[in-house]
Amino acid sequence: MPGSRGFDVKRYSVFAIAREALRWHRGWERAWATPEPKPEYDVVIVGGGGHGLATAYYLGKNHGITNVAVVEKGWLGGGNTGRNTTIIRSNYLQDPSAAIYEKARSLYETMSQDLNMNVMFSPRGVMMLAQTEHEVRGYKRTEMANALQGVKTEFIGPERVKELCPIIHIEGPRYPVLGALWQARGGTARHDAVAWGYARACSAMGMHILQNTEVTGITRDASGVTGIETSRGRIATRKLGLVVAGHSGQLAEMAGFRLPIESLALQALVSEPIKPCMDVVVMANTVHGYMSQSDKGEMVIGGGTDGFNNFTQRGSFHHIEETVRALIETFPMLSRLKMLRQWGGIVDMTGDRSPIISTTPVPGIFVDCGWGTGGFKAIPGSGWAMAELMAKGQPGPLAEAFGLSRFREGRFIDESVAAGVAH
Amino acid sequence: MSTRLASGGRLIDRETPIHFLFNGRKFPGYAGDTLASALLGAGQQLMGRSFKYHRPRSVVASGHEEPNALVNLGDGGRFEPNQRATVTELYDGLEARSQNHWPSLEMDIGALNDLAARFLPAGFYYKTFIHPRWAWKHLFEPVIRRSAGLGRAPVERDADRYEHYHTHCDLLIAGGGIAGLQAALVAGRAGLSVLLLEQSPHWGGRSPVDGATIDGAEADDWVKIALQELESLDNVRLRLRCQVAGLYDHGYALAVERLADHQPGAIPPRQRLWRIRARHVLTATGAIERPLAFASNDTPGVMLASAVRDYVVNWGVSPGDRTVIVTNNDDAYRTAIALHEAGLVVPMVVDARPGVGGPLAETVRALGIRVESGKAIAKVLGGKSVGGVAIAAQAGEGAVLETVPCEAVAMSGGWSPVVHLWSHCGGKLIWDEVSALFRPDPARPPTGADGSAMVTPAGSANGALLADAVLADADAQARAAVKALGARLPKSAVPQVETVAEQPLAATWIMPQGAGPALRAKMWLDFQNDVKVSDVQLAAQEGYASVEHAKRYTTLGMATDQGKLSNINGLAVLAGALDQRIPSVGTTTFRPPYTPLTMGTIAGEARGVLFQPLRKTALHSAHEAARADFEPVGQWRRPYCYPRPGEDRQAAVVREVKNTRQAVGLLDASTLGKIIVSGPDAGRFLDMIYTNMMSTLAPGKCRYGLICSENGFLIDDGVVARIDEQTWLCHTTTGGAERIHGHMEDWLQCEWWDWQVHTANVTEQFAQIGVVGPKARLLLETLGGMDVSKEALPFMHWADGRLGGFPVRVYRISFSGELSYEIALPASQGLALWQRLMAAGEELGVMPYGTEALHVMRAEKGFIMIGDETDGTIIPQDLGLSWAVSKKKADFLGKRAQQRSHMTDPDRWKLVGLETLDGSVLPDGAHLPAAGENANGQRNVQGRVTSTYYSPTLDRGIALALVHRGPDRMGEEVPVQDGKGGTVAARIVSPVFFDPKGEKQDV
Ligand SMILES: Cc1cc2nc3c(=O)[nH]c(=O)nc-3n(C[C@H](O)[C@H](O)[C@H](O)COP(=O)(O)OP(=O)(O)OC[C@H]3O[C@@H](n4cnc5c(N)ncnc54)[C@H](O)[C@@H]3O)c2cc1C
Repeated sequence: MPGSRGFDVKRYSVFAIAREALRWHRGWERAWATPEPKPEYDVVIVGGGGHGLATAYYLGKNHGITNVAVVEKGWLGGGNTGRNTTIIRSNYLQDPSAAIYEKARSLYETMSQDLNMNVMFSPRGVMMLAQTEHEVRGYKRTEMANALQGVKTEFIGPERVKELCPIIHIEGPRYPVLGALWQARGGTARHDAVAWGYARACSAMGMHILQNTEVTGITRDASGVTGIETSRGRIATRKLGLVVAGHSGQLAEMAGFRLPIESLALQALVSEPIKPCMDVVVMANTVHGYMSQSDKGEMVIGGGTDGFNNFTQRGSFHHIEETVRALIETFPMLSRLKMLRQWGGIVDMTGDRSPIISTTPVPGIFVDCGWGTGGFKAIPGSGWAMAELMAKGQPGPLAEAFGLSRFREGRFIDESVAAGVAH
Repeated sequence: MSTRLASGGRLIDRETPIHFLFNGRKFPGYAGDTLASALLGAGQQLMGRSFKYHRPRSVVASGHEEPNALVNLGDGGRFEPNQRATVTELYDGLEARSQNHWPSLEMDIGALNDLAARFLPAGFYYKTFIHPRWAWKHLFEPVIRRSAGLGRAPVERDADRYEHYHTHCDLLIAGGGIAGLQAALVAGRAGLSVLLLEQSPHWGGRSPVDGATIDGAEADDWVKIALQELESLDNVRLRLRCQVAGLYDHGYALAVERLADHQPGAIPPRQRLWRIRARHVLTATGAIERPLAFASNDTPGVMLASAVRDYVVNWGVSPGDRTVIVTNNDDAYRTAIALHEAGLVVPMVVDARPGVGGPLAETVRALGIRVESGKAIAKVLGGKSVGGVAIAAQAGEGAVLETVPCEAVAMSGGWSPVVHLWSHCGGKLIWDEVSALFRPDPARPPTGADGSAMVTPAGSANGALLADAVLADADAQARAAVKALGARLPKSAVPQVETVAEQPLAATWIMPQGAGPALRAKMWLDFQNDVKVSDVQLAAQEGYASVEHAKRYTTLGMATDQGKLSNINGLAVLAGALDQRIPSVGTTTFRPPYTPLTMGTIAGEARGVLFQPLRKTALHSAHEAARADFEPVGQWRRPYCYPRPGEDRQAAVVREVKNTRQAVGLLDASTLGKIIVSGPDAGRFLDMIYTNMMSTLAPGKCRYGLICSENGFLIDDGVVARIDEQTWLCHTTTGGAERIHGHMEDWLQCEWWDWQVHTANVTEQFAQIGVVGPKARLLLETLGGMDVSKEALPFMHWADGRLGGFPVRVYRISFSGELSYEIALPASQGLALWQRLMAAGEELGVMPYGTEALHVMRAEKGFIMIGDETDGTIIPQDLGLSWAVSKKKADFLGKRAQQRSHMTDPDRWKLVGLETLDGSVLPDGAHLPAAGENANGQRNVQGRVTSTYYSPTLDRGIALALVHRGPDRMGEEVPVQDGKGGTVAARIVSPVFFDPKGEKQDV
């Protein structure tokens, strides 16, 4: 955020709150401006989710490109960014994954200060339970890989699991807890604040955040992309970033190419709030479910995707049932809590379950998608890498392995060993 | 103070007094009370604290929409937090505790937040707690977490049982008020199968309280007559205490029946989840009254006007001796009448509408009650209870005209239809300007599989608020539904209701209209989450202008009542702040469940041992008798080893390996997948599924085969036996049985649907016993029966026959490198054969061995294990298995993929053996670091260990590993992670550590 640490109007701080309280908060400005679209921008990003906004932010911050518009068909963060269960970790197995997720995780550490907005990154620790011997070996392998990748993780025994999370039932009966992969600096953050914080910072750099602006077409000439058609008119640009998660296939079609992506509904649910009883994030891949407790006190729960493709943002009850069963097995106390809400998001799944940050067959068009069930944690890292790709036209080291060519070459980045549930 | 009236209360039984505990104190009540009515009746108005400011809270509503009166209910295994007192049926001995306060309900330190409220506006936490960086996690967040949350976390295991019940019906009707009853009559008479579900313990909904006269009878009596008829119809099912909780695609509905909540432990199960597939759904779910936003409208004693009427009429409870009514519509006048009839004082009806007239107002005036039109409550006086109200002009800024002492306030801001179920599966809403409400848009209903409307709203849920309109609408909607379902319409008339005409409502969102910031900061919209008018206005000012942003920024509507009282008011305030019309600001989507749903109910019976099937082989009891140490392998339990007294796991494994290599061991191999593939095209099919040729395998022979995914990666392996001309038996890994069967069916059904092939997974039909070791043949010979000599049954052959009288199929296959027979027989006889082998082999030294010995022996032989050497990224060529990948076949799954550039890259990591120089065992998953770092600052790596064991046979550590150009580097020394931050030196060797020529298995 530009501006010094004083009393300038825009800066958030406890002093600003005190000052505003005395005048009934009349002085707070809009978090981000709502300008009319310009006819042309140097760069247009489609998709006002976390990844799109972070891309814009790092275009400005790292590359000095600020004549940028972020075009969002609905409200900022209304896609998966505002629907996810906010688990942040970087204990991935394959080198390229560990690199980008750890970059992201480390950027989360200072995001509140960088954006001058409290995104509530809370490194409360993430554990992935090992409930079969096979999982034990898988996580020990990850621990070893992480050590060389500069990611701090540790395989812990069942007693330590119980100590860190007393509400876990470690003795089975079906799947006793044999240990866990523990990342102490993993955790959660407040999803909305991440989107809002980036939007506010982008707006302060003079970028345009265009909500309620749906992209309906992409135009090109022989040399590449020329602009987009939107519900608010045509916008010209020579550099277009498509960052629309579950809708990537549709946007690619508008641009005239295809992506190896399927769209599936992934669901989550929360319980009614209760007093703190769980300080860490627990993922149980064998039974397929994961849980954490939000600052409000709700138990935040997720599981797997539906087995069929769809776009409705409503999932089936059957998956909720499976997930709740799995978690009651792991946390018997859940049985007498109540589910408050369930919802779904459309996740963009690639063949190897790893993302795509890539140039495309159309010069000037770049894609960042395929984050699937686990891209919230990646937002700053992905934005960093995508901005570098868009600014230079070439992927930097973080993005390099995630190009589209990998599907043609068979150079998959498969995390299936380390991530049965990939959140 | 609230009290119990001397008489009255249509739902309570004054003959049956009961007692209950609240915060440890004993209170009286009556059968038929809710916890809320009993507490109010006993003068206990304070029931809890709000979420953010810990303000004192009492009941505001009388049903499921209640945001405030939440309690910790019960004890031990029947404890449950956040129970709504308004719908908790009272029983003798009930124990409840208020929540979210410390140290006590009356004295709550958290209420300090309230004093600081001005400094804690909407979203304050986004703007502060930013510096210093460590402080959020370690200082601010822990404090916030402790002060948030509501009820206590349950500790003990749930003592109750839950069950699921599946059913179908033609018409599911949600709601048993007069609309639902009338709809059920119409559909029932038409002969449709009808399921009528009512969430409360009573039929009839609001009408009996509102005092309608239907077909000349009191509402209560009309309800009784309707029920009599419905009960006489076999095609109609009726359930009370059964709430339709969610509506999903294609007429799928969930309902929760609360069977034992009002009589804990009486009959299991506690709750039953109805899983209903309905051809059509009719929602007669009624409407919910809206609060009004005036300053300090959250003071205990301020209630919805309809709730006040409910407490008086249903439970004989007075909200206080003097109740001021504040309204913008006629309905609240009924509350004035009800209070007056109960002998209570109504000092004033404050009506925001200018120039109030009409029959209801006149009736009230005639009772001597003062009616003030064009007025507003400027402010409620009092703290933990209502002391009076300050009156102002609605059109003004809040200048106080007079104060009226009172003990309670009954407010009504109009009604909102319960449209949740309609919205759950995609139904859209329209804004009704006249009644200021959102109702279902008939043009945009939720649609079923055939694209036609699958839900019909009826009665108040459809925006019809008065009894005559409700019944007329319900009748018409039910008829339309009957017709849509193709049934014959019955001949019957719409019940006639005498109603009093009502004057139109005047939409009133804040009171008074021109209230300044100080008042707006005290007008509650969301009582539980402490969201006020000023918060929503701040959200709009800061650009959180979409409804979703405003909700998320302020937490409006995110409390456990899910905004049933606050959503519309909040939306209206937001629209006002943005200077837009309400419908153009939009609504939020409703998600299931309608009210919070107990997790235990969602899980049903599937918990503990019933969570997932525990699969046991036919030999399980023998393993138990031998005190096997079991490990979970998928849903199976397999013996890891069989420790003898005094032995640990490691010692047992060493003994088992040695014994098998030197004498003879028995392995329970029953969990290995067995899939029969049969038919004229079976050979061709298997040639596509496996990388090697299966069609040319001769009957009587076995072949090791590999299965790859379309992407070329190895996903399973196993021995295939050709049974006859058209039949093959494919062994898969234990974990692969269902997966590979599914994989085969996927290809058969989706791609090669015209091939004549059948598959059957017969894994559980056979027990399979591995008899392994140099004395294996001797052991089988002692049983007597078929010829198992090398000549009669050579390696990689199979034969049917009898052994010791058992009908068996014997395969000469080996996963240990030893002379080995795998004997399959009907599962029912497996145990007997196992016992016979153990007995017969005693002199030969037979011992059972578990999965770990199996793994050690296969690693000694360099045999790969799916899931260890493979992980979804490995192709057969990486594992030295090119010999099992056909070069002759035109195609097989994975062939094309294996030709891609990265797959044929000579730099791929390949399978080798590793031996530490010091003989130690390498840790699981260890990597082989290489010099330098990559562009992302990660240490370079040249390989990794895939399996590592102590080899009892060689008395040293052995490992299999995938290493960069490994096979070209035999003998080279490499560093391997030691698991302690350093490395240990190892030598690259052949992956076959034992009997490299394979002489032992082929004897
Ligand atoms: C239930 C659930 C739980 C999850 N849990 C986790 C978790 O715990 N941890 C984790 O790391 N990840 C999790 N994820 C994944 C994570 O949410 C996503 O990977 C991530 O948020 C994707 O961000 P995004 O910016 O790419 O996409 P989105 O946030 O979906 O943003 C894409 C945006 O593009 C817009 N758009 C689409 N089409 C157009 C168009 N034509 N014109 C203009 N705009 C358009 C959309 O409206 C949307 O706002 C979860 C996801 C779900 C659904």
